[in-house]
Amino acid sequence: MRQALRHLYGPIIDNNPVTLQILGICSALAVTTSLSTALVMCAALTAVLVSGNIMISAIRAHIPTTIRLIVQITIIASLVIVTDQIIQAFAFEMSERLSIFVGLIVTNCLVLGRAEAFAMHNPVVPSALDGLGNGLGYSLILVIVGSIRELFGAGTLLGFTILPTIYGGGWFVPLNLMMLAPSAFFILGLLIWTIRSIRPVQVEPADFEISIQPDRRAP
Amino acid sequence: MAEINPLVLWRRILALPNESRIKTLVIAFAVSAVCALVVSAASVLLSPLQEANRAAAQEARMQAMLETMPGIADLIAGLGGDGLETVIVDLRTGEPADIDPATFDEAAVRADPETNTAIPGPQDIAGLGQRPDLLPVHLVREGETLRLVILPVSVVGYQSTIRAHLALQGDLNTVAAFSVIEQGETPGLGARIEEPAWEALWPGKQIADDDGEIRLTVVRGRATDAYEIDGITGATRTGNAVAAAVQFWMGPYGFGPYLETLRGEGI
Repeated sequence: MRQALRHLYGPIIDNNPVTLQILGICSALAVTTSLSTALVMCAALTAVLVSGNIMISAIRAHIPTTIRLIVQITIIASLVIVTDQIIQAFAFEMSERLSIFVGLIVTNCLVLGRAEAFAMHNPVVPSALDGLGNGLGYSLILVIVGSIRELFGAGTLLGFTILPTIYGGGWFVPLNLMMLAPSAFFILGLLIWTIRSIRPVQVEPADFEISIQPDRRAP
Repeated sequence: MAEINPLVLWRRILALPNESRIKTLVIAFAVSAVCALVVSAASVLLSPLQEANRAAAQEARMQAMLETMPGIADLIAGLGGDGLETVIVDLRTGEPADIDPATFDEAAVRADPETNTAIPGPQDIAGLGQRPDLLPVHLVREGETLRLVILPVSVVGYQSTIRAHLALQGDLNTVAAFSVIEQGETPGLGARIEEPAWEALWPGKQIADDDGEIRLTVVRGRATDAYEIDGITGATRTGNAVAAAVQFWMGPYGFGPYLETLRGEGI
């Protein structure tokens, strides 16, 4: 039981797919200009990840090794199309704002990565929990980034005014940088720095040591 | 005696080693078939909802466009429910057709080859191939004076068919508004034609010069006169397509004859 639960909460902080494995960055940049788009994207990705993991895990014993990647990507792509259709049917305005990024879940390394690394070798229940855990880990980071960007970029959260902006007669000058993609890089970088300061285990060993020769003089 | 019970056959295939060529083929086909079924089912079951959403969004765009034009929204509100008059135009004759707009089924007209006219190659600058003979046009009149004409225009863009409303002022030559209602151009580039900031460049532009030649174009960079509209960087082909839409639909195969009829009425 404890082992099973580890699949669920492990990826949320200790093995977070975004901050430790640096996967799914593209969508994390694109959809986090507001919290509501980030939330819908998180729900879509988690749904695809869980159902994809369940299906691939259920038929894992019968997937021929030679075509395993194409089988996985076919299943994932179908799930993404279905998710996209559902969003277009029930949350049309949101689907217009997310434009192509729901469709691009197919190319999110996170989904194929979990299918290949976990669902192919584990039974259905742990695979579902692993999918859910990774989905929540991704969601946690997107919600943090989305909240910061919406709050400081537009002064609102989920559309409700928190910081009255000068355009609406308030005092807050919105940071336009927050509405642009680079700000998500800065926030992600700061998040990774914070997490690795608190948990030094996550710090990767340097690929190269910088050698310092005390007796060497500048030419 | 060969076993023909499909269930037993299926079990036998599953029992094959994963490396076997037959099992590889069977699994590939089975996965594709199941996925195709799921995707088709989702798309067919959800399409009525999506159509309704799209129709509502187009209606909202029409409303939004009317609201961008100063005076027009008030005029319609002042005229009451039928302030916005809808006329079905027969593009072959340039005359209003005697069809009740309420019962007009545009999708059926577009689908039926009988009610479409092929556009000869050199004339087909919008790349459409054919155009429906009957299309709805919206008019706003103040007393007897025509104040606004809203024409539906369409064009094959860079990677989608662009549909838009072109609103003309009562002189039938000055653009009152331009509003994209449907497009699938490159997100972030061509798709920016539906941004209000770009659509706001249209009002006040002139379609044709004094000689009647249609001059309105989308140019690279900044517009310099009343016939030019700023292009969007990285969306040259989409911009050209929108310009072609105006050229085509104001011309002889588009609404040209109907606009002549309106002018003949003394506006």
